[in-house]
Amino acid sequence: MSFEYSSDKDFHEHLIEEVLEAYPEKSAKRRRKHLNVASAGEDGASECSVKSNVKSIPGVMTIRGCAYAGSKGVVWGPVKDMVHISHGPVGCGMYSWAQRRNYYTGLTGVDTFGTMQFTSDFQERDIVFGGDKKLKIIIDEIEALFPLANGISVQSECPVGLIGDDIEAVSREKAKDIGKPVIPVRCEGFRGVSQSLGHHIANDVIRDWVLDKGEPEAGFEPGPYDVVVIGDYNIGGDAWSSRRLLEEMGLRVIAQWTGDSTLAELERAPQGKLNLIHCYRSMNYIARHMEEKHNVPWMEFNFFGPSRIEMSLRAIAERFDDTIKANAEKVIAKYKPLAEAVIAKYKPRLQGKKVLLYVGGLRPRHMINAYEDLGMEIVATGYEFAHKDDYQRTMSYVKDGTLIFDDVTGYELEKFIERIRPDLVGSGIKEKYSTQKMGVPFRQVHSWDYSGPYHGYDGFAIFARDMDMAVNNPVWSLFKAPASAAA
Amino acid sequence: MSGLRQIAFYGKGGIGKSTTSQNTIAGLAEMGQKVLIVGCDPKADSTRLILNAKAQQTVLQMAADAGSVEDLELEDVLRIGQGGVNCVESGGPEPGVGCAGRGVITSINFLEENGAYEGMDYVVYDVLGDVVCGGFAMPIRENKAQEIYIVMSGEMMALYACNNISKGILKYAKTGGVRLGGLICNSRQTDQEYELAEAMAGKLGTKLIHFIPRDNIVQHAELRRMTVIQYKPDAKQADEYRALARKIHENSGKGVIPTPVSMDELEDMLMEFGILKSDEDMIAELEAKEAAAREAVSA
Repeated sequence: MSFEYSSDKDFHEHLIEEVLEAYPEKSAKRRRKHLNVASAGEDGASECSVKSNVKSIPGVMTIRGCAYAGSKGVVWGPVKDMVHISHGPVGCGMYSWAQRRNYYTGLTGVDTFGTMQFTSDFQERDIVFGGDKKLKIIIDEIEALFPLANGISVQSECPVGLIGDDIEAVSREKAKDIGKPVIPVRCEGFRGVSQSLGHHIANDVIRDWVLDKGEPEAGFEPGPYDVVVIGDYNIGGDAWSSRRLLEEMGLRVIAQWTGDSTLAELERAPQGKLNLIHCYRSMNYIARHMEEKHNVPWMEFNFFGPSRIEMSLRAIAERFDDTIKANAEKVIAKYKPLAEAVIAKYKPRLQGKKVLLYVGGLRPRHMINAYEDLGMEIVATGYEFAHKDDYQRTMSYVKDGTLIFDDVTGYELEKFIERIRPDLVGSGIKEKYSTQKMGVPFRQVHSWDYSGPYHGYDGFAIFARDMDMAVNNPVWSLFKAPASAAA
Repeated sequence: MSGLRQIAFYGKGGIGKSTTSQNTIAGLAEMGQKVLIVGCDPKADSTRLILNAKAQQTVLQMAADAGSVEDLELEDVLRIGQGGVNCVESGGPEPGVGCAGRGVITSINFLEENGAYEGMDYVVYDVLGDVVCGGFAMPIRENKAQEIYIVMSGEMMALYACNNISKGILKYAKTGGVRLGGLICNSRQTDQEYELAEAMAGKLGTKLIHFIPRDNIVQHAELRRMTVIQYKPDAKQADEYRALARKIHENSGKGVIPTPVSMDELEDMLMEFGILKSDEDMIAELEAKEAAAREAVSA
């Protein structure tokens, strides 16, 4: 906050006007709807609604991805015992090679395939004559080379939709031939306004081609404490550090969707007693389907930072019997010293530091309390591809005066950082170096900057260390701003 | 002959584009013009009457067999037909698969890069049906065809297509040099066909360059995989095609930027000629019919 303004709220409201001034009238009018300052409501929750999930304006350097990224990169890619074909020209597959940092166990190339890249590498003739024949050959080759793969998914790139290849027919035919599921996903990149539609399409495909078709798994006995973790992609091992807590409280995690998961885990999910949703944005669709069709209730939870972990463990335990409730308290008590030690160590170093977040569809709200547990303060936060219901869910996290932005443009983000000068920015690789060049500490909060896990108590310790490392890095004291250097 | 002339035939599917273009090309060849036909239809029937044979090897099929279009040589796909006319078929996928439009782009680029146009007086593109996508508009894009000839008839859908194709030409006329050369009416012997074709040409700001009367000899020649000029050089119909060839030849540089009309204006014109009935007329007709039916019942 600078001198001219009476409060953060006042400052942020002026800041919005300031960035909008740079636009032509029409763009300013459109962008205005995506920017807001949270204001405290009567019941303590903040009002922070903005327009969301609409097309980005060309030329504003949006950091959004496409439907293919949402399906292949997020939802399907981590299913480790399947081969995912990037179906189309080589580029989409090349640049999504090795996946996000979805950790998994297994022997890559033998029974797991997460970091491998399979593509049909469309050539001119595949466009002109269609790629269906090639797809059949690839499926046969995969079956011959990787007999331990438990299924195949076909992730459509743009041209497949443009030329109208019938990948569903090929999938049905080849599934019969190889005796394993072959699952077509119509996630052509031009569909929708961001990766969000890709998540939805991928969810629908799980519904239509896995849950509704899967045969009962031999030898699986459902139990009373079966839960499914949904929307945890095991970035840097997140799902593992989450799963541990659930298991310690006596629950049985029968599936992880989709971090470190197998096709069998997807198939058995409807037999669980409760679906636990971490990333609501990318997987609420399938949770709602399982509720309607299979009668499995779902709830959201948040394993970022001890205060939310405690809340979540208790809320989850509420859905079960007294044993589980007692166990939840035991787990909380067990980890309390760890959490307190972390806070004791790092809070004095991070107290009062201001954070600006710009992430995907969940973390802009979910991570807020983890920062607050360390004494840090969220001054601004925004989503790449959230929908209205995400902003509604954000209300209980943000405070009066927090700057809110949706699908922020390159110009706006730079301006916000420049004017607010937060002590830490959390966003993605594309924002990292431009922010650091402005002299502002940065952490990637899509990939955990090659660190992690950040979920659970174990993750919190790593999270706190990483944030301290960024904010209090001695490098920031080694250079002077031109104005102060001249003095 | 000053430089290469590139022209293209467009028109509604089934209107007789390939028949008309090949018969006309036979006329051009007779005049001593060196012509290359580029068939831009996956059916690959744009050169059948000139080659006296169906379905030669197509550019795209051979490219697919060889691996890619870079692996092809011009000699592989070029055939010489009647009157020394050079023939190439672009070809394409079977119906319902892949992208024929992209195929047209691929093969035209291949032909240009490999010098198929060198030493020619004419390159003639024969393009499938309507301009359904960007690929089939390739011949009317910049530095391709200078003049487009639209083959049409007095039938309603042919006139719709005629207007639509003009819209495509108008779009590219602004960015490139393409012009509408004129309309060729391939008679279906509909009512007032000649007048209607003249009126359509007037609306589009162009002229009816030739009215080809219907004559069964065209079908007889076609059954023998021949042009009329080859089958019966002294037939009256052969002279019609010669006349058309001469008119096209003399039409060099006289193309216009078309002025396609709105759907309403087009339908008004069709009503004037009694092809399309107005709503009032249709209702009146229907009422009369119903009344007659009632009378028949009561009688």
